[in-house]
Amino acid sequence: MEWLANFWATYSTLIYSIGVYALVALSIWLTLACGLLSLANAAFMGIGAYVSALLSLQAGWPFWAVLVAAGLAPAGVALIIGIPTLRLSGVYLAMATLAFGEVVRIIILNLEITGGPEGLNGIPQSTRGWHIVAILGLAVYGLARMRRSRTGRAFEAIREDEVAASLMGIDVKRHKLFAFVLGAVLAGVAGGLNAHATFFISPREYGFENAVDILTMVVFGGIGGLVGPMVGAGILTLLPELLRFLHEFRGIFNGLVLILVVLFLPKGIWEPRRIRALFGLGPKEG
Amino acid sequence: MLPQQLLNALTLGSVYALFALGFTLMFGVLGVINLSHGAVFMVGSYAALFFVNHFHLPLWLALLSAMAISGCLGLLIDVLILKPLRARNAPHLIPMIATIGVAITLSSAAQGIFGAEIMRFPEGTIPTGEFTFGDVHVRAIEIGIVAISLAVMAILFTALRRTQVGRALRAIAESPKSAALLGINVEGLFRATAFIAGALGGAAGVLIGLDFNAITPLMGQPILHKGIAVIILGGMGDIRGSLIAGLFLGFAEVMSKAYLSSQMGDAVAFGMLFLILLVRPSGLFGRVLERKA
Repeated sequence: MEWLANFWATYSTLIYSIGVYALVALSIWLTLACGLLSLANAAFMGIGAYVSALLSLQAGWPFWAVLVAAGLAPAGVALIIGIPTLRLSGVYLAMATLAFGEVVRIIILNLEITGGPEGLNGIPQSTRGWHIVAILGLAVYGLARMRRSRTGRAFEAIREDEVAASLMGIDVKRHKLFAFVLGAVLAGVAGGLNAHATFFISPREYGFENAVDILTMVVFGGIGGLVGPMVGAGILTLLPELLRFLHEFRGIFNGLVLILVVLFLPKGIWEPRRIRALFGLGPKEG
Repeated sequence: MLPQQLLNALTLGSVYALFALGFTLMFGVLGVINLSHGAVFMVGSYAALFFVNHFHLPLWLALLSAMAISGCLGLLIDVLILKPLRARNAPHLIPMIATIGVAITLSSAAQGIFGAEIMRFPEGTIPTGEFTFGDVHVRAIEIGIVAISLAVMAILFTALRRTQVGRALRAIAESPKSAALLGINVEGLFRATAFIAGALGGAAGVLIGLDFNAITPLMGQPILHKGIAVIILGGMGDIRGSLIAGLFLGFAEVMSKAYLSSQMGDAVAFGMLFLILLVRPSGLFGRVLERKA
């Protein structure tokens, strides 16, 4: 069993981050399911990470309370900025949330309490593997239940046609706000888990590139269901590690994979029908 | 102090406007948020450096060649990636993600080929002349940068207003479908737009490279953020708006850096952007297009 211990010592951080990014990917999937293209989730993740790390370091809160705070803090922010922002649609919403994300990053960069560009060091490593698995499982279960509920169907109606949905008596604003805030909770908790798994956080991890990375994971994996975003998060977190042997050229490969998937697998990598068809099960793609 | 700052702001702002012009053209005509525009900008910069180092071209010829190279790159991105996505009517999120892939590929290729360290133009390439008016120092290169940016923008602006191609492009911006029905070669003009946008991005790259005399594989990233800010402030797809907003952002950044703190420059820019989006989502000069039931 020694190799297992070695393996774990080397790769535990990587495995943790797959779980964390799966959770963040689900949070973006949730907003996309309601037709919202939001790039704020990296910032929400950052808020969760910083709030939880500061509560651990300065106030000495227990881990569970810290995680609750990591979910609630960005939810509060999402509630405040969501009411005016969610009037925007499509590309404009994406741009507004992106600008919000930049503002958050710059604020974190300039505050004294957040440690500025050096970030926060020495965060207690309280996150265990089962925490991530349990929270991820809970999120998947909750979201799967929600998809088949009245709320989930309302999300789908709004995504397909907002005007039609509102004419059917769906409160579009309220549903959008709900999706936005719930997405912020998931991202915030993921941030809290991440901060307590990696010992160290800095503002660089929650900027524009990360917002885009997370969105990419979801599109790469497939936005049709809950599995796709998690598969996307897993593959895109692993890919840079697997391509280590390509040295400085691994980014090229990374980018090419992204382009090729977008061009040739429009529904993402995880598309159950195509995978079944590949093994000769179920109906062929028509 | 103030006139000097205004001059720096004018230099920076005119390059922002030039960069944002290609960006906004892509959005206005093709409807694509082209996140590879920053990488094309970076390629333009390296191309100029390459032409100066290896072919010993004079600066103006290096600039034109770099514009040709980055224009072809823009064209290539359109033909290989954006066109197939258009053909299958992909939602607007998809081409944006494809262009992220392009940006990652190009900047890592540059990193692999040229290394991550800062490269500079060889000594003597950049004119070092300096004029002094009272207590304001003007570098010759700054005058060149402002003049070139404004000239390129003026040419483009007139072409869009006055020529048949310009009118066709504006028709496409309104609606590609009706433009096609009117007999306009929509695909051809899409390709032309991609070329022009790439060339504009490359030109901005060369000018920034000359202004700071520093070229790195990741130099496209910060200006891409600025470009996004500019096209939102100016109204997405609005050419005149992006010119004004580019200059405005340059001023806002230089002033807040000079009178607040160096980090606050970006905070002011994006904070303003966020507020403007809430109050006027269509930008400062745009009009709102909303679908009502």
